[in-house]
Amino acid sequence: MAGPVLSLKGLGKRFGASPVFSGVDLDVASGDRIAIIGASGSGKSTLLRCINFLERPDEGRVILGGEPVGEARQRGGGTEMRYDERALNRLRQRVGMVFQQFNLFPHMTVIANVMEGLVTVKRIARDEARPKALAELARVGLADKAEAYPAHLSGGQKQRVAIARALAMEPEILLFDEPTSALDPALVGEVLNTIQSLAEDGRTMLLVTHEIGFAYHMATRVIFLAEGGIYEQGTPDEVLKAPRRPLTQAFIAGHRRFNF
Amino acid sequence: MYSWNFAPVLANSDLLLAGLWNTLALTFVALAGGLPVGLALALARLSGTRSLSVPAGIVIEVFRTTPPLVQLFWFYFGLPIVLNVEMTPYLAAALTFTIQSGAFFAEIFRAGIVSVDKGQREAARAIGMSSTQTMARIVLPQAVKRMFPAMMERSIELMKTTTLVATVSYADLLYQANELAQKTFRPLEVFTAAALIYFVTISLFSALGALVERRMAASGEMAAR
Repeated sequence: MAGPVLSLKGLGKRFGASPVFSGVDLDVASGDRIAIIGASGSGKSTLLRCINFLERPDEGRVILGGEPVGEARQRGGGTEMRYDERALNRLRQRVGMVFQQFNLFPHMTVIANVMEGLVTVKRIARDEARPKALAELARVGLADKAEAYPAHLSGGQKQRVAIARALAMEPEILLFDEPTSALDPALVGEVLNTIQSLAEDGRTMLLVTHEIGFAYHMATRVIFLAEGGIYEQGTPDEVLKAPRRPLTQAFIAGHRRFNF
Repeated sequence: MYSWNFAPVLANSDLLLAGLWNTLALTFVALAGGLPVGLALALARLSGTRSLSVPAGIVIEVFRTTPPLVQLFWFYFGLPIVLNVEMTPYLAAALTFTIQSGAFFAEIFRAGIVSVDKGQREAARAIGMSSTQTMARIVLPQAVKRMFPAMMERSIELMKTTTLVATVSYADLLYQANELAQKTFRPLEVFTAAALIYFVTISLFSALGALVERRMAASGEMAAR
């Protein structure tokens, strides 16, 4: 059995003086699907963004495929982390991210959005990158939109293109940052279906979401963030059906209230 | 009653056209030089590195806030004294207007770059693009589209400001008009003809710009997000 594909060791992040979270430990094995839930402001997105270093963690380490990211240096009394820009660019190729606001490149066609990383980052020739990008678009059911501009797509279609763009890089891990929160309710389903099909392919993913029902069906493990860290974790049944600690219970109860 | 007579102007139209050519050459050089200078100044100012952003900020502010005529005199009369270099009217004019338009373009670039949503940068970084690739492939193409109308406006302003070079005897359109007015004793006709040439040239330039703007709008992005 190989080691975890991703480990977080004592990860912490502050904004100014106020800590967002601290001491987060997490091991992600290949094929794990981890749903991260919690109240707004609990640091779910920030935690996710620390994994691909869109935010620099202030403490702790990210270990990807057994290799720690960054170098620890002794300075003054404590250790200071140094992150090489190019090493971070390489890490980001291995860790894909899908954003709440899609963030498609509006000046490029759909196919060009998906090809961009292949051509610019991986330096793959255009005529080689194109069929690969088309295959990813077909996977999310949007091959027929290849030549459209993002402005002419629905929100759900945009998010599926964003997923194809992340997939094209063949990442080892996918990070989803509230992928359906910016969508009309009617469009949530198609995006969740796409994510579900990736889950069935056995992809490793971390998903920050408010869709508790989806988390229950899709995740192999659920993490509830509160009080600046992992407050409770376990299987979906444990955390979502039978939470043990009071904040988790209140949170789940709040989400259950209007289900019928 | 003044009797208009454009015959002497028409007879000497080659003089005015030679002036127009020099005006266009200077404007083109100042634009071609000013755009990269402006981009470099804007990137330096936005770099977050104080040793770059502070000098860039000083250059931008000095050239935006001092009269262009004074700048021209600095380069034409001042620089030869300070640096002991030869200055021709053309060189002084080209330098002045390259840097001066660069300073204005820098502010347009900066506003354009800052206006691009932060999520665009993040999406580019998230697929492993370097900061340089992100700027060149994702941020600047979007920024330039938004900046284009302001750039056009500034370029038109630049062409009219180049008339100041007549003061250092660079034979631009206005300088030639002045010469011709003295030669023909028909200043009203000569300057009216010169104004007409500016009007036609800038209108053509402007129409071309509007065409490009529509083309860019048609290519997708501006149709709302």
